[in-house]
Amino acid sequence: MEDESKLRAFEARIEAGEKIEPKDWMPERYRKQLIRMISQHAHSEIVGMLPEGNWITRAPSLRRKMGLLAKVQDEAGHGLYLYCSAETLGVDRSEVVDQLLYGTAKYSSIFNYPTLTWADIGTIGWLVDGAAIVNQTMLAKCSYGPYSRANIRICKEENFHKKQGYEIVATMAKGTPEQKRMVQDAVNRWWWPSLTMFGPPDKDSPNSAELMKWQVKLQSNDELRQRFVNLTVPQASVVGVALPDPDLKYNSKTGNWDFGALNWDEFFAVIKGNGPCNRQRMRARRIAHENGKWVRDAAGAYAAKKRAA
Amino acid sequence: MDDDSRHALFEYLLRLGDDRLVLGHRLSEWCGHGPILEEDIALTNIALDCIGQANNFLQLAGSVENKGRTADDLAYFREAIEFKNLMLVEQPNGDFAYTIARQFLFDVFSFHLLEELQHSSHQELAGIAAKAVKEDRYHLRHSREWVLRLGDGTDESHQRIQSAFNDLWMYTGEIFQADKVDDLLFEKGISVDLKSIESKWSENVSEALTEATLAVPDAEQYMASGSRQGIHTEYLGHMLTEMQILTRSFPEAKW
Amino acid sequence: MPQRKGQLKGSPMSKDQNHQGDSQWPIWEVFVQAKTGAPHEHAGSLHAPDAEIALQNARDVYSRRSEAVNIWVVESKNITATTPEDNPTFFEPAADKIYRHPQFYKIPRGVKNL
Repeated sequence: MEDESKLRAFEARIEAGEKIEPKDWMPERYRKQLIRMISQHAHSEIVGMLPEGNWITRAPSLRRKMGLLAKVQDEAGHGLYLYCSAETLGVDRSEVVDQLLYGTAKYSSIFNYPTLTWADIGTIGWLVDGAAIVNQTMLAKCSYGPYSRANIRICKEENFHKKQGYEIVATMAKGTPEQKRMVQDAVNRWWWPSLTMFGPPDKDSPNSAELMKWQVKLQSNDELRQRFVNLTVPQASVVGVALPDPDLKYNSKTGNWDFGALNWDEFFAVIKGNGPCNRQRMRARRIAHENGKWVRDAAGAYAAKKRAA
Repeated sequence: MDDDSRHALFEYLLRLGDDRLVLGHRLSEWCGHGPILEEDIALTNIALDCIGQANNFLQLAGSVENKGRTADDLAYFREAIEFKNLMLVEQPNGDFAYTIARQFLFDVFSFHLLEELQHSSHQELAGIAAKAVKEDRYHLRHSREWVLRLGDGTDESHQRIQSAFNDLWMYTGEIFQADKVDDLLFEKGISVDLKSIESKWSENVSEALTEATLAVPDAEQYMASGSRQGIHTEYLGHMLTEMQILTRSFPEAKW
Repeated sequence: MPQRKGQLKGSPMSKDQNHQGDSQWPIWEVFVQAKTGAPHEHAGSLHAPDAEIALQNARDVYSRRSEAVNIWVVESKNITATTPEDNPTFFEPAADKIYRHPQFYKIPRGVKNL
């Protein structure tokens, strides 16, 4: 069969470390999986603007205000790069955005938690961006050219996000007693959700084997999660913040930090829409999208008039 | 520099700083809520430019005042009545048309002002203006292009931006009202002639509105004034309450 | 064949304008020159209603960290590209034209800076 030999050639190319480009032959499954993954990634960037955007108008200094604004703006940029790379696979941005706003498209569950104090902004930069960087560093090496290139650009830019967050955490952790309390409280709330960002355990992750075979992913969810824990534990101790896990301890046999059980029931509930802020986040995005329609229409109409003139 | 001039310059720098701080803050409220991703990014860029310019002007204000106040002290520990920004820039965002109209009316003013201020006899002020005017040239290009698109886009966009200009027009009169501060600094070659800026502003604004098929609002109407003396609209107090909440709640803290 | 809609064929507007609930702006490809003397390189894409807005958006999206001294934008549908099926006829024949490379030619020993 022709497809059979095309599939073998495709897999041989991936095996040889070649990148797949938009117009190359690819199995329908590969295309579908990529569209799903890339658009979820893009949605996460866009929805992720909201919890941090919540503190832009209350940032406590001009320097912090500019840093946070630039960071949230980068997330819009990252969403944009990612939507564009999804579009190389034959979907429209408006289609996938519609699936987010009016359908069942998913995004990272972490953004359905509220940002309650300024310390949350530091903690998100440190932990949530830290986890995202671990994931995106892997995706920068993935087999699909446009997605790999988007992630390379994202990783370059996102470095400052994590540093900014860690700086906020470090400053508050050696600040007033109220600030110290705020930081510890924020870390207590964000630690566990940030560990779930890598997705369900390998044994419950139905797509993983296929994605790894085609080198869309190069490491498993559990491997990435472990890497993130190993990186983060020493960072927490430098600033004197406790990670809220009594089971966290160094395993000299494996060289890893062992950690306690994650609450997967909560993770799946939040993914399905039952988290503290799911409705609030989607409402904000729908309002922005619907209020923007007349603007997009106006610019389209103006361009059409000028073309006709 | 004598005390009168120093005080006038401090006041003048507050005006320059506060205009940009308040406008930048308003624009930052759009972040994450823009009409399309590309424009969300564009508005945030302009917000960042404005806040950066505000930081520079307020820092210089603090050093001219010479009482040890930083830009942050001035931004976060003054009451609304001590803010010297124009009423125009403190108006809430409204819809995208309102934001663009507000931006355009300010950009035309700010661009011509900064272009002149580059030649101020006060070197540090001239230096900040020279850097800022490049940013403002871009802001003006952006807001002007959008005025054209909304004015000459669809019926709905035309109506929205026309009514935005109509509503905002009453805040444009005070932009060019010179007072003692302006006069004193103009004599010393530090500030600019507001009259000459006003004529360029009127010409640019009516030219753009006409090109956008919009009517220039009637100049003979009620015009608000007083913001340079700290008299504002009701909106500023709420904005500052939000902006200053954290620093005012924990005045001892470093962030 | 997997392919970005509106790229290399058809008009993106015709379909998109009918898209339920939204008139999507067409896609533009952005090329940035990092410094004078350097070639323009593809940076990515974006949506814009016309060339002016495409340029402005390109500046804000792809040059926030002074990555550019010059920007080109071109609507994606105006780019004509080879397809993978073209590869054997387009590119493979160039592979054995060794006479285009300096190693093909022998020169006498001892000649310098030729």
